[in-house]
Amino acid sequence: MMSLTATDYIAALPQIFLLGMVCVLLMFAVFVKNGRDEVLHYGSLGTLAALAIITGELLRGHSIIAFNGMLIQDAMGDVLMLFAYAITAAIFVYARGYLKDRNLLSGEFYILTLLALLGAMIVIQGYNLITLYMGIELMALSLYTLVALSREDSRASEAAMKFFILGAISSGTLLFGMSLIYGLTGTLNIGILGAKLAATPAPGLGVWIGLGFVVVSMAFELGAVPFHMWVPDVYEGAPSGMAIFVGSVPKLAGFAFFMRLLAEGLGDLHGGWLWLLTALAVGSLFIGAVVAIAQTNIKRMLAYSTINHAGFILLGILAGTAEGYRAAMFYVIAYVIMFAGAFGIIMLLSRAGFDVEKIEDLRGLNERSPWFAFVMLMIMFSMAGAPPFLGFFAKVEVIKAVLDINMTWLAVFSVVMAVIAAFYYLRIVRLMYFDRADPDAPGIIATPDFKLLLSVNGLVLLGLGIFPGGLLALCKAVIGF
Amino acid sequence: MIGLYHYLGLGAVVFAVAVAGMFINRKNMILLLMCVELMLLAVNINFIAFSRFSGNISGQVFVFFILTVAAAEAAVGLAILVVLFRNRNSINVSEINHLKG
Repeated sequence: MMSLTATDYIAALPQIFLLGMVCVLLMFAVFVKNGRDEVLHYGSLGTLAALAIITGELLRGHSIIAFNGMLIQDAMGDVLMLFAYAITAAIFVYARGYLKDRNLLSGEFYILTLLALLGAMIVIQGYNLITLYMGIELMALSLYTLVALSREDSRASEAAMKFFILGAISSGTLLFGMSLIYGLTGTLNIGILGAKLAATPAPGLGVWIGLGFVVVSMAFELGAVPFHMWVPDVYEGAPSGMAIFVGSVPKLAGFAFFMRLLAEGLGDLHGGWLWLLTALAVGSLFIGAVVAIAQTNIKRMLAYSTINHAGFILLGILAGTAEGYRAAMFYVIAYVIMFAGAFGIIMLLSRAGFDVEKIEDLRGLNERSPWFAFVMLMIMFSMAGAPPFLGFFAKVEVIKAVLDINMTWLAVFSVVMAVIAAFYYLRIVRLMYFDRADPDAPGIIATPDFKLLLSVNGLVLLGLGIFPGGLLALCKAVIGF
Repeated sequence: MIGLYHYLGLGAVVFAVAVAGMFINRKNMILLLMCVELMLLAVNINFIAFSRFSGNISGQVFVFFILTVAAAEAAVGLAILVVLFRNRNSINVSEINHLKG
C-alpha cells in the first residue's frame, strides 16, 4: 500500500480548495443576515479567481497521477477547468439581477452552482471509474436541485423531475456498462484499463456489451441522442439563471469524460465505439437541426441547438485521432462561450415579472438597443457557423477531422444539417433587424458589469474567430498523443 | 454449484425488470424511483459477483460508493417529487406533460 504524499494533495488542490470555500460560503449563507447577497456573490467570484490562480500554477508543472491512480492532473484538464471557472464567473454576473428580480437569489444558488462545478472538476481530473462516477453524480445531483430551486414554479419542478429520471436511468446504464468492463478486465483504473485492453487482441463479447451501455449513457452528459429529451424541458422549465449553468459547464465535464473513458481507457476499442458514436452524432445532428425549426420558444430552440452542437462535438471525438480530439475540445469551448452569451441576452431582455420566452420577444431589438442586437447577431452567426466567427472554425475543424478518417458521407451530412440549422439562427437575426419593435417595449436596464461582460462575450466570438490560432494552438498543446 | 454466470444472469434479469418497470409504468412516479433503486442494486450484484470470483477487492469498494450515491439520489428524487406534488397535486406520470414541443 502506497502512502499519500504532498504531491497527491497538490494535484487535487483546486478541488480541495473549492470544497473548503463552499463550506465557508455555506456558513455565511446560513448565519450572515446583512449584506448576505454581496458576500456570497463576491465571495464566489473571489473563490473562482483564486481557483484560476491555483490551476494556472499547476498548469506549468508536469502532469501528476495522484491518490494511487484515482486522479490525474494534466494540461487538458487544467485548461478545461480554467474555462469552467471563467464561464461560472460569467454566469454569476449574468444571473444576479435576473434571480434577484424573482426572489431566487438565495445562498442555495451559489452553493449548488459551486458544488456542481466541483463535480465537473472531479470528472475532468478523474482517472478511475469510481472518481468519474462520483464526479458525475455530484454534478448531476446539484444540477437537479438547482433546476428545482424555484419551488413555487410548477414548470421548474416538472423539468427537474424529468431531468432526474433521465439522469438516474443514464447513471444506472453507465454503472451496468462499467460493471461489465470491470469484471472482464479486472481493473477500475483508466490507465491500467487502457494497457490491459491493448494487450488483449480480441476482447470478449461482454466488453463490447459494456462499451455499448457506457457510450449510450454518456450521451446524457452532452445532451446527445438518445438521452436528449431532458434538454428542451430543462431549458424551458428552469429559470434562465439556472438553465445557463446546466447547459454550459457540464458540457466541458462531458467532453473530459469522453476523453478519459473512451480515448484513454477504451481507446483500443475504437473500432466499436466509432460506430456507436456515429449513430449518436447522426441522430443529434438531425434532431437538433430539424426539430428546432418548429419551435416558437427561444429557450427550446436553443435547447435543440445544443443537441445539434453535441452532434458536432461527437464528430470530433468519434474520429479517434489527436486532430479529432483537439477539434472536439475547440468546439466544446466555442460552444460554452456562445451558449453563455445567448442566455445572457435572454436574461438582459427579461425583467421583473417578464421572461423572454417567445422568439417574437426579440422582435425589433435593433431599435431598442443596436449594440446588443449586434452582440446577439454575432452569437447567432457564430452558432450557425458563419465566418469570421468562432463557430465557423469550430465546425471546420471537426469536419476536417471526419474527412481525415475517410467518412465523407458523414461530413456531407453534417454540413447539410448545419445549413438547415442556420435557418433558425438567421430567423432570429431577421426578427431583430427587419421587424418593428413593440411600441410599448421598455428600455433595457442592466448593471454596467452585466453589459460590459456581455459585450466582451460577444466580442470574444469575433476576436477568436478572426484570430483562432491561439485557441487552436492551446488545444494542440494540451492534447498531445 | 452456483457460478459467476448465475449471478450475472440474476443481475441482468433484475436490471431488465427495472428498465421494463420504467417504460411500462404510466401511473405512479414513486414506482419510477423504485425502479431507479432496483437498477443500481442490479449493478451491485454484478460488481460483487465479479469482485468475489476474481479476488479483486476494488469492485466491492465501488459498491459502497454506489450504495451511498443511491441513498443521496433517493433523497433528492423524493424531495423533487414532494415539490412537484405541491405544485400539481398529482404524481401521475401521464399528467407530467406540461412541457413539450
